[in-house]
Amino acid sequence: MAAIEISGLSKDYSLGFWRKRPFRALDRLSLKVERGEVFGFLGPNGAGKTTTLKLLTGLIFPTEGTATILGHPVGEPETFLRVGYLPENPYFYDYLTPQELLDYFAQFFPLSAEERQRRRDAVLDQVGLAEFRHRPLRKFSKGMLQRVGIAQAILHEPEIVLLDEPMSGLDPVGRHEVRELILQLKAAGKTVFFSTHILSDAEALCDRVAILNRGKLVGVGQLSESLQRQAACEAVLECASPEALSRLQPLAAKPPLVSGGQCRIEIPEKNIPQFLALCQSDGLRLISLNPVRLSLEDYFVEVLRGSDSERPASPSP
Amino acid sequence: MKPSKTGRSVWTLALVLACGWAILVPAQMALDRRLAPYRETPELLWIPSGNVLRSLSLGHNGLLADLYWTRVVQYFGARRLQRRTDFPLLAPLLDITVALDPQLLVAYKFGAIFLSAPSSYGAAEPQKAIALLRRGIQANPEEWRLWHDLGFIYYWDLKDYRAASEAYREGSRHPDAAPWMQVMAAVIEEKGGNRETSRFLWTEIHNSAEDETIRKNASMHLETLRALDDIEELERLAGRFRERAGRWPQSFQEMIAAGLLQGIPADPQKYPYQLQSDGRITLHPNSEVKLDYGPSPEAR
Amino acid sequence: MRSRQTLAIVLNTFREAVRDRVLYNLIAFALILIASALLFGQISIGIQKTILLNVGLSAISIFGLLIAIFLGIGLVYKEMDKRSLYALLSKPIRRRQFIIGKFLGLNFTLLVNTALMSVGLWAALYYLMRRFEPQDLSVWVAIYFILLELSLVTALCLFFSCFATPVLSAVFTFMAYVIGNFAADIRAFGELTENNLLKGLTTVLYYLLPNFSDFNVSAWVSHGKPVAAEVVLLNTLYALCYDAILVAAAVWIFSRKDLK
Repeated sequence: MAAIEISGLSKDYSLGFWRKRPFRALDRLSLKVERGEVFGFLGPNGAGKTTTLKLLTGLIFPTEGTATILGHPVGEPETFLRVGYLPENPYFYDYLTPQELLDYFAQFFPLSAEERQRRRDAVLDQVGLAEFRHRPLRKFSKGMLQRVGIAQAILHEPEIVLLDEPMSGLDPVGRHEVRELILQLKAAGKTVFFSTHILSDAEALCDRVAILNRGKLVGVGQLSESLQRQAACEAVLECASPEALSRLQPLAAKPPLVSGGQCRIEIPEKNIPQFLALCQSDGLRLISLNPVRLSLEDYFVEVLRGSDSERPASPSP
Repeated sequence: MKPSKTGRSVWTLALVLACGWAILVPAQMALDRRLAPYRETPELLWIPSGNVLRSLSLGHNGLLADLYWTRVVQYFGARRLQRRTDFPLLAPLLDITVALDPQLLVAYKFGAIFLSAPSSYGAAEPQKAIALLRRGIQANPEEWRLWHDLGFIYYWDLKDYRAASEAYREGSRHPDAAPWMQVMAAVIEEKGGNRETSRFLWTEIHNSAEDETIRKNASMHLETLRALDDIEELERLAGRFRERAGRWPQSFQEMIAAGLLQGIPADPQKYPYQLQSDGRITLHPNSEVKLDYGPSPEAR
Repeated sequence: MRSRQTLAIVLNTFREAVRDRVLYNLIAFALILIASALLFGQISIGIQKTILLNVGLSAISIFGLLIAIFLGIGLVYKEMDKRSLYALLSKPIRRRQFIIGKFLGLNFTLLVNTALMSVGLWAALYYLMRRFEPQDLSVWVAIYFILLELSLVTALCLFFSCFATPVLSAVFTFMAYVIGNFAADIRAFGELTENNLLKGLTTVLYYLLPNFSDFNVSAWVSHGKPVAAEVVLLNTLYALCYDAILVAAAVWIFSRKDLK
């Protein structure tokens, strides 16, 4: 049984007050997350990541499609016995202290009083809030609230943890700690499904990622270091003879662009030694050689093209 | 996944609502019965003084006066509807109303009519009506019509023709007063109560009233007056017939044949009058015209 | 399990109210008003006790109403607006538990507040009379009716706050309260008119609207008169039934709401 199974999930919102215009926040998303995976859900802001997570937690209802967690339809209270959720930019009752908040939430689980207390103390330690346990949440910074949010998500030792932008609002140290935490969860055999718009987080943690853009799934696949290196560089040359250019062409990813006496050519990283050798042997003058900045989407289309992804990337319009 | 089984839960909600009101309505009905005595006694004035209320109203006394006037009307209407003949709160409520807003003319005019009308139509308290109107005149010296209202109560309810004539005379001194005010003063002084004067006054009330109840009341009086005139005239004609034929007419047809009538005479409600064998004229049993309504000036 | 969870929500709602400073200000105002009724009584003759009871019961009712509306409008909306609901609803509870818990929590808050204000009233009464009389017991009935009334106001607030902003909810609730107080007058008005359509309409409205005037026995009680047991029962039934309807409707709306 998969940890999370999403099939054909769509969500339409209507925008505007007087004249309602439908807006598709999520378009026929299908996805399967296996147990024990750390799964990254990537995409620029507004891609539909939060919408997907809210659909998975039953906070909003899908326009069409279904989703199950551990075989249960989402939104069933029983599902949450095994699922923890960190909302995006979490906010909690500011009149409570972290300890009170966790005590409150713990009461929703079928746990004994001692067990509740034990877990509360454990998660407070885990997120590094033990010393602030009696400070009212109203005095907490965004980063500290983020930690409280993570604490309440893992309070009941769920099998599946859904984290919406877990790194946002954290300083580098906090970021590192959250990464460690996710790796700990993975080591304990939990499934972690988290959304982020920051690539490096995904690179560091994920077994697999899915990329979402404008509500559509762009691709799903593995990220490995070797694949990440397959980026390209853009070379700028002093204008070469057509014969020299034609010799370079097989190494380039795209046909070269010639303008103003300069020639721009994109060379995949693996071809660079060959390219440099050719430049030297042909006596071409290299003006610059820079890594190409790809958009998130392009990057992953690129990455997934080279990988043996289970689903070929379908570029969005 | 779906918002918890939409179709079914709509019916559940509908069922809850239906059951809810199936309990609420009888409960409310039972409460209405049980609470009747509680609601009866709170027919007391929370703050019996208009002046205190005026200070408490924080400058909204105009609005409060309107509310009180509405309460007067509601109170009067509700008591009438319950066929109650006593109106213990009417005078105090009116006092508060005019204390809150002494310029609220409608309260004096109609308040006085509610107060003075005989029992089962009003509070039968003409003296209180007169006190109310005198307050009104004091607060609104430019309103000559209040003198007319005052004079009318003296004339109609109290049969005090001297005071009535006095009131009309006072009112007629007002520069804007209608000329008939002076005529009324003279006529009442000279003749006392008479049908002609009554008719004129009721017509005046009928035409100047903005309130439907008052207008209905006035037109009822006018119908009475017309019926009394008709009956008098018909009985006179029946007497003429007897003078000629030596017997009472047995039907209106006989009188028509004798050229005394143009057709079957009908009362103001379009019911034909009844001719009795002794020449008396009575109303049709279905007619609602009241001949003895109120203490008519002619009755005494 | 379910009831333990709901109880947790009830207690947290109470805790939220208790940690709100506004609550104490309102209670303090009510107590000051009750104390001032003692002074007010001095300038009138013979009805000090009546005035104290009238002012006291009105203060309990008005400040209870303010607290109910003030806290009630934020019950659901504040949690939606500040998104504190997301973390709560991703616990193994049903949305209806949240609504019911909030409703009971605010009622519990109001019960405690009313108890505090009642203690103030009884203290003032003792100060004035130096003793209690058996007929003073009916004052408790009046206070109980105020509680029933407040639970109805809470239910209205909760219902409105499921789909309206706090300001609108407050306006709606207040309007419902005012109209509900005039329900009997609305029907009386309908009966005075000759129009059958209007008469039918006002009768329907009369039974449809929450009839707040049912709970008003303050004037009666302030004269030391007892309230019939049947009235107490009927009013309890009426309030509970109306509460149930409103909470069911609130649950219905809230359960199908997208928490954007």
